[in-house]
Amino acid sequence: MSKIGHRLEPKTRPPEIRKKDFEEVELTISPEEAIKEASRDIKFCAAPCSFRGCPVNVNIPGFLKKVSEGDFKEAYKILIQNTPVPSITGRVCQQEIQCEGQCVLRRVGEPIAIGAVERFVGDWALENNIEIPVTSEKKHKKVAVVGSGPSGIVAAADLARMGYDVTMYEAFHIPGGVLAYGIPEFRLPKRILRKEFERLQNLGVNIELGVVVGTTYTIPELLKDYNAVFLGVGAGRPIFLNVPGENLAGIYTANEFLTRVNLMKAYMFPEYDTPIHVGKKVAVIGAGNTAMDAARSALRLGADVYVIYRRGRNEVSARAVEFKHAEEEGVKFIFWAAPVEFESNDGINVSSIKLMKMKPGEPDRSGRPRPVPTGETFNFDTDMVITAIGFYPNPLIPQMTPDLKVDDHGRVVVDIEGRTSIPRVYAGGDIVTGESTVIEAMGWGRRVARTIDKDLQKI
Amino acid sequence: MIKERQIIYKKELATNIYEMLIEAPKVARAAHAGQFVLIMVDEKGERVPMTLVDWNPEVGWIKIVYQEVGTSTIKLSMKKVGDEIYYIAGPLGHPSRVSKFGNVLMVGGGVGIPALYPIARELKRLGNRVITVIGAKTSNALIYEKEMSEVSDEVYITTDNGSKGIKGFTVDAVKLLLNNGEKFDAVWAVGPALMMKAVAEVTNGKIPVSYSSLNSIMVCGVGMCGACRVTVGNKTLLTCVDGPEFDSYQVNWKELTIRLQAYKKEEMISLEMLKGAGKV
Ligand SMILES: Cc1cc2nc3c(=O)[nH]c(=O)nc-3n(C[C@H](O)[C@H](O)[C@H](O)COP(=O)(O)OP(=O)(O)OC[C@H]3O[C@@H](n4cnc5c(N)ncnc54)[C@H](O)[C@@H]3O)c2cc1C
Ligand SMILES: Cc1cc2nc3c(=O)[nH]c(=O)nc-3n(C[C@H](O)[C@H](O)[C@H](O)COP(=O)(O)OP(=O)(O)OC[C@H]3O[C@@H](n4cnc5c(N)ncnc54)[C@H](O)[C@@H]3O)c2cc1C
Repeated sequence: MSKIGHRLEPKTRPPEIRKKDFEEVELTISPEEAIKEASRDIKFCAAPCSFRGCPVNVNIPGFLKKVSEGDFKEAYKILIQNTPVPSITGRVCQQEIQCEGQCVLRRVGEPIAIGAVERFVGDWALENNIEIPVTSEKKHKKVAVVGSGPSGIVAAADLARMGYDVTMYEAFHIPGGVLAYGIPEFRLPKRILRKEFERLQNLGVNIELGVVVGTTYTIPELLKDYNAVFLGVGAGRPIFLNVPGENLAGIYTANEFLTRVNLMKAYMFPEYDTPIHVGKKVAVIGAGNTAMDAARSALRLGADVYVIYRRGRNEVSARAVEFKHAEEEGVKFIFWAAPVEFESNDGINVSSIKLMKMKPGEPDRSGRPRPVPTGETFNFDTDMVITAIGFYPNPLIPQMTPDLKVDDHGRVVVDIEGRTSIPRVYAGGDIVTGESTVIEAMGWGRRVARTIDKDLQKI
Repeated sequence: MIKERQIIYKKELATNIYEMLIEAPKVARAAHAGQFVLIMVDEKGERVPMTLVDWNPEVGWIKIVYQEVGTSTIKLSMKKVGDEIYYIAGPLGHPSRVSKFGNVLMVGGGVGIPALYPIARELKRLGNRVITVIGAKTSNALIYEKEMSEVSDEVYITTDNGSKGIKGFTVDAVKLLLNNGEKFDAVWAVGPALMMKAVAEVTNGKIPVSYSSLNSIMVCGVGMCGACRVTVGNKTLLTCVDGPEFDSYQVNWKELTIRLQAYKKEEMISLEMLKGAGKV
């Protein structure tokens, strides 16, 4: 193992300190560290990288080679051919099952810290205002991009670079989708998002906030003004547990809690007007990225936090490093337990959860053991609950647009290039795939931008 | 030139109740009776829902009527004509399911009366016979009497202290009408949750179609946060994207009133802070 060198572990701020604030947990590695880590690849890896782990096929050996040579600008150029915002994907991608999961060095030792190096290159480019010039000429055609999450950001940037007049519509007062309202500051600083949107505007993208497509403008109305419409409206409708007592006061969906904290800055209440109620002992239901973000936000607001999950430690679906950070910070985990009822002492506020003990059963479609009720229950006292068990596709546009075909899960139906059932209307990201990942959504944005370009060339 | 989101006109209709006209052409061109907007007074503000009381698609304004109850509504009042509102999104929610019913009963309480107004106007325009009951604590607090008269065939007034009209609550007038043998094909109630609940109880079984416009606490307004969830006919629905109007006979009213109290303590802190800052 030592022959191929140890993997670089990015520095983090100490748990006792970071759990008291919303500043970033993990630090960007230094240029020296980046060069050293990338060189590990060049020195020790003979097998060509398959890229198979990456949903958008980033040229990993290519950018690592440039980093090892200290040529960060070239590395950046290579990266952004596939991941337009390496500062973001380097921070939020599930590297352990994607690129780093497929890294050949993993089999003989420790995989390259690809995410950390990628993030370094992205941050370096942002700090040094590296802009790769656009060469295409104006197409004099207009495209509307609906939604400003990862899929919308990439679709808008690519189309603007191709020479289209792009207007982005976002319902909220701050752009970014989940990157703005969901993922907390301590994991993805908002300054990175702001820079990204400045760059979009520099590319000529016109961003209109407070527009709810479906009601403010309908799709047919947009089609009158634009040559094409891209829908990147995400999977934002929270799934409820549907167990008795779920609507008691003190029970929040993770989206409400995170929106209050991130978007409305409730952690700065009462300087900001939006209040947040934080319990003394908080139970978070679920163990995905959303649950970790909610748990760690609640912790930072002073609560004692328990994550309750119906499966086991090995099935936690959040990024491995977030799970690790959560444990380091003192979030406690209760595995193999699922809520069957929420109870209240005063008839208003939640005071305890009746939990069913679960046990592992036959593997399900995801290959993980299915959680099976044991019949045995126990009570967990709590004064606040945050549910984080997943999302449905955002139903607003489909509701208002009868011609837009959706499947029985509410996902917008598209062909492999992103065309919907309505001519000149395209879609990508979570609205098409259901709850997925930032990089998948970005991949869709890019793919659909190409389709739109191809189709608009014809007319 | 009037800019988007600029306040065009503002008037105090009764103590702590204001009518405001705001430039919002994108909303005005698409608005329907029963819909609402989300407003943020400034960058640090809350997202507060306000019903569209009136709008002009040609000229591009919208009208809201609101009561000062806490930080956001007081901050809204501190804005002057010509000032800009930070953010307005809409129209949101489903339009009222108006059609030609025949006899329709409209029940409005407090700031619910202006919210009821565009629905009554639309029902009248569709040829319904519109009977209206509106109420307030006192005659001084009663608003939109004239506007409602213009779109109703008959208007009954109630005040809690009897300073005008019938002494009592709107639901008392509704009972009187029903006891007098009046027959209605549909009823709309907009006002405090307790009023809508009471109306639902006395009309259930007597009036086949019944809508209430729920005033759940909202955050996002576009169906992703779940703050405004309500139980309607044993299903969890969202007031913002599934409502705001629901079948009054199916609404779990007890739960709605519980959830409206979730932020009592924090609302007090926020208000104290606003007062402490010497802003009011
Ligand atoms: C809390 C949380 C943490 C996560 N952490 C990770 C992570 O660490 N790594 C990872 O890879 N993935 C993570 N994910 C998943 C990832 O964020 C999503 O897969 C991704 O953001 C989807 O992008 P999108 O562009 O499809 O939509 P979204 O990011 O959902 O953006 C959609 C946007 O469209 C807007 N919109 C919706 N309807 C309308 C309308 N009618 N008109 C105008 N605008 C509209 C919304 O307001 C929103 O801004 C996380 C998700 C959550 C909720
Ligand atoms: C769809 C919809 C349409 C609405 N239309 C109007 C309108 O046209 N005019 C108007 O004056 N108000 C309307 N409301 C209510 C309005 O949004 C609230 O009064 C406002 O958010 C209060 O904010 P605040 O900061 O001033 O008070 P807060 O400090 O937040 O609250 C003060 C008091 O008001 C109560 N309250 C808080 N939020 C609500 C709420 N959403 N509904 C009822 N009571 C609440 C609190 O329980 C508390 O007692 C509407 C609400 C909804 C959901």
